[in-house]
Amino acid sequence: MLNAEQLALLFAGLMALAILVYAILDGYDLGVGMLLPNQEQDKADTMIASIGPFWDANETWLVLAVGLVLIAFPLAHSVILQALYLPASFMLVGLILRGVAFDFRAKAKSKRKDMWDKVFKGGSYLTSFSQGYMLGSYVMGFETTIVAHLFSILSGIGVVTAYRFIGAAWLIMKTTGELQQQAIHWCQTALRVSAIGIALVSIVNPIIHPNVLALWFELPMALVLLPMPMICFGLLVLLELTLPKLAQRPEQGAWLPFAIAAMVFCLCFFGLAYSFFPYVVPGKLTIFETLSAPESLNFLMFGVVFVVPTIIAYTLYSYRVFWGKVTPLSYY
Amino acid sequence: MLDTLLLSRIQFAANISFHILFPTITIALGWFLVFFKWRYDKTSHPVWLRAYRFWVKIFALTFALGVVSGITMSFQFGTNWPGFMERVGNIAGPLLGYEVLTAFFMEATFLGIMLFGMNRVPNKVHTLACLIVAVGTTLSAFWILSLNSWMQTPTGFELRDGVAYPTDWLAIIFNPSFPYRFFHMLLASGLTASFLIAGVSAYRLLQGDNKQAPRLTLKVALTVAAILAPLQAFVGDLHGLNTLEHQPQKIAAMEGIWHTEKGAPLVLFAIPNEKEQRNDFAISIPNGASLILTHHHDGELKGLNEFPNAHPPVKPVFFGFRIMVGMGMLMILVAVGLRWQLHRKQTLAPWQLKTLVAMSFSGWLATLAGWYVTEIGRQPYLVSGVLRVEEAVTKLASENVAITLTMYLTLYAVLLVVYIRTLFFTAKKSVGVEEYEQTQLTGGKYA
Repeated sequence: MLNAEQLALLFAGLMALAILVYAILDGYDLGVGMLLPNQEQDKADTMIASIGPFWDANETWLVLAVGLVLIAFPLAHSVILQALYLPASFMLVGLILRGVAFDFRAKAKSKRKDMWDKVFKGGSYLTSFSQGYMLGSYVMGFETTIVAHLFSILSGIGVVTAYRFIGAAWLIMKTTGELQQQAIHWCQTALRVSAIGIALVSIVNPIIHPNVLALWFELPMALVLLPMPMICFGLLVLLELTLPKLAQRPEQGAWLPFAIAAMVFCLCFFGLAYSFFPYVVPGKLTIFETLSAPESLNFLMFGVVFVVPTIIAYTLYSYRVFWGKVTPLSYY
Repeated sequence: MLDTLLLSRIQFAANISFHILFPTITIALGWFLVFFKWRYDKTSHPVWLRAYRFWVKIFALTFALGVVSGITMSFQFGTNWPGFMERVGNIAGPLLGYEVLTAFFMEATFLGIMLFGMNRVPNKVHTLACLIVAVGTTLSAFWILSLNSWMQTPTGFELRDGVAYPTDWLAIIFNPSFPYRFFHMLLASGLTASFLIAGVSAYRLLQGDNKQAPRLTLKVALTVAAILAPLQAFVGDLHGLNTLEHQPQKIAAMEGIWHTEKGAPLVLFAIPNEKEQRNDFAISIPNGASLILTHHHDGELKGLNEFPNAHPPVKPVFFGFRIMVGMGMLMILVAVGLRWQLHRKQTLAPWQLKTLVAMSFSGWLATLAGWYVTEIGRQPYLVSGVLRVEEAVTKLASENVAITLTMYLTLYAVLLVVYIRTLFFTAKKSVGVEEYEQTQLTGGKYA
């Protein structure tokens, strides 16, 4: 049996893991949704086939993340989601639209297919933008000033770009030929915009939050921490240099852009998480203050210890089953 | 302007009503698919594979709608009902957590393999994936029914400063009404899926489909329905007796018993009059309710008068119960009657097929009516005797809830129409598909 402090750390860690895995996994399939071309049915089919077996499980990480906040830090769940009520609802509508469009497009009359593709694309944008807006609003401590709204909108655009970035990287890995070349092009654009976005947030965050400045620039932690943004930008530069080569020889290291994108997501996420820890509602409530009853969390812990490794194992198995370049999607 | 409490209640009711439609189908349809696939593995007869392939499409569609409408609810706990988690979150939290951990991931991941992995994994692994998906949907029902039953008949906890703390997890999970509610729901799902399969198969036959698969699925579905429908009546009766023991005010509302009495009549039809605490236009069987519920013609039943200010609104519970029971009776009649007919004559007449098409969604109607009885019957409590609904509601501005409610209602209405149309469109499309697939079935690229 763990004590309250250990449980708070365990469940905060698990929540962080779920959010990070969600951002990477649903990030790429939302990104693919946003990149969907208009009027090019074949390409759209291939792109959607590349995410078909995964999107449902990817979305489950969001359910887990939100569920863990609800279960382990219920007070934080109600404070955060009441503050973000409208953007969260828009995100849900986006998720509903894209989830159903995915299935309807395959079964609808062929003249309706284009419409469902648009719904899929629109839903992906709505979901991604809302998530970014929520993130921005969270970072700004749910302020309702004009500046805070502007920042949230910028953050929304940032997340849209980041998801398009990782989505394009996914397509480079999973497709061939013309579509792959197009994905390389998408990846280049999204990469540059993402780099500017990450740089902006890295500069703005310490300026508006003095405690963040202290966290990052005080010795001795600064020695460990400051190389991280450098590694992050190093990776982005590396990718910028690799992409033109990849366009020439598309079969060598097609997995590299996705691996780099995932690492960049990890580094950025760590940066944010470290800046806020141990607060779960920025500047107001910590994970220790909002923790639910230890006897409940200890009961859930058994499940976590046994089940989470199993989930990771069969998730890996599923990715292995669908390894390699995408093939036409058909269960008929 | 309506207030936040009422709007939040309508929103949650709309959301959960919309959501339950889809799991009600997939929980049992998953097992039908396992059966079809298993029969194919055993017999290698392509008709089983064709049955599987048609219904797996419907399954995928239904599952997707269930997933997306379910996510919305996990948000609403925090946004609209923060008091629920503050007061009983220590109990509800882990049950919801176990649902996500043990069921959601498993269903979602193996669904990918089930739908798209048939030519990528060995056949046995594919059948196993189907089985795991079916187990996952059932496990998910297990946890959510456990939580719902705990809200109806809470046990295994203690209150400290109004907050519930768990004392005995087994008593919480297997609370007094859980086994009845769980089996009642599983059977409801079995019936909903059976009638859907029977209805859509009948529709295909009426459209001139002369293939073997729809005949076969019709027969299987009618057989299952003919067994489950009477069984449901039996389990429903047990569930009613359990409710009488733990929530007598709900039974009083269901039966329209205003005042405690011995030898209470069974009210077949009436219009409950809440103001004057009586039933108008009642048609009833003397001593019937006492006989059914206490197994004694002169047994005493508690009336609503025993629960001042703490009993549910009578009309919706009273009528909901009659709709559910009426649908149940109709389902028994149709399932048993037509299965017998199929046994005698090997075929069904067009009017019989049309009856089945008309009853495609009878399971939805009965299930929704049943849920309204049990959930409205829990009012004014959110958790019986522990937490009242109005204590749990959010402090959000009512305009915000009004905006989202409008958004959700529009979306749900559109999706429901599109879902039903797509379902029958898929059925119609398959009518034109000839048996030529046979060559592809055993080793074809998309087999």
